[in-house]
Amino acid sequence: MSSRRSRSRQMSSSRITDEQINDLLTKLQAVLPEAHLRSTDRVSAAKVLQDTCNYIRSLHREVDDLSERLSELLANNDINSAQAAIIRSLLR
Amino acid sequence: MKSSTRNPNPNPDTPRFGPSKLMLAFRFLRALTLVHRTAPNSSNAARSRRIQRAAFASMAYSAGPRRAWSRALLCRLHFHRARRRCARRSRAAGVPRRPSTTRSPADGLRRLVPGGTGMDYCSLLEETADYIRCLSEQVKLMQSIVDSVGPGGR
Repeated sequence: MSSRRSRSRQMSSSRITDEQINDLLTKLQAVLPEAHLRSTDRVSAAKVLQDTCNYIRSLHREVDDLSERLSELLANNDINSAQAAIIRSLLR
Repeated sequence: MKSSTRNPNPNPDTPRFGPSKLMLAFRFLRALTLVHRTAPNSSNAARSRRIQRAAFASMAYSAGPRRAWSRALLCRLHFHRARRRCARRSRAAGVPRRPSTTRSPADGLRRLVPGGTGMDYCSLLEETADYIRCLSEQVKLMQSIVDSVGPGGR
């Protein structure tokens, strides 16, 4: 795994190269939405970090929002039928 | 019960839910059932907070102790009340816990990723990528639960 490779490089030279950081930033950028729209050349660290922060914040907001909706659904529905529906959809 | 011991991913293209995602789903479902059973008449806000904590707990348990962010989340969840008391104390002392202006984007990221403040830069980037992957899986799971229980449920 490349993460293991970069860690061993760190241990042997104990200096983190720009290339390693760029590599990690590229991997990080790959999990952000619209990753296919971005170039794979050297990435701007500040932009990637900013986009990452925004994305994490939006994911946290989605979790809050979905928690509220789930809470309402639990209140209105019988949990057993809800469970059955959920498990059916998961095993489809 | 249908045997699920055969290859759970017969399709080479990613199936909807692989084995690890199923584990995440069952763990979260169990937590949801617990929330419903133990406080059926509590307020919507309190229940939604518990569900939100259950979401992060399922994520962290599924990721296990191999990741710094999941370890930090599990610590935070277990000592939730104690941490809140500490936060109140330090705020009362008049000392701000963090500078009001962010020095760099990495600082902002450290605050968002569990355990981020204790990591070196490289670990932070790795942990963030994994955290985002798990977080978006959790969101997808919750969305599919809402979809299946909502209009089409029963």
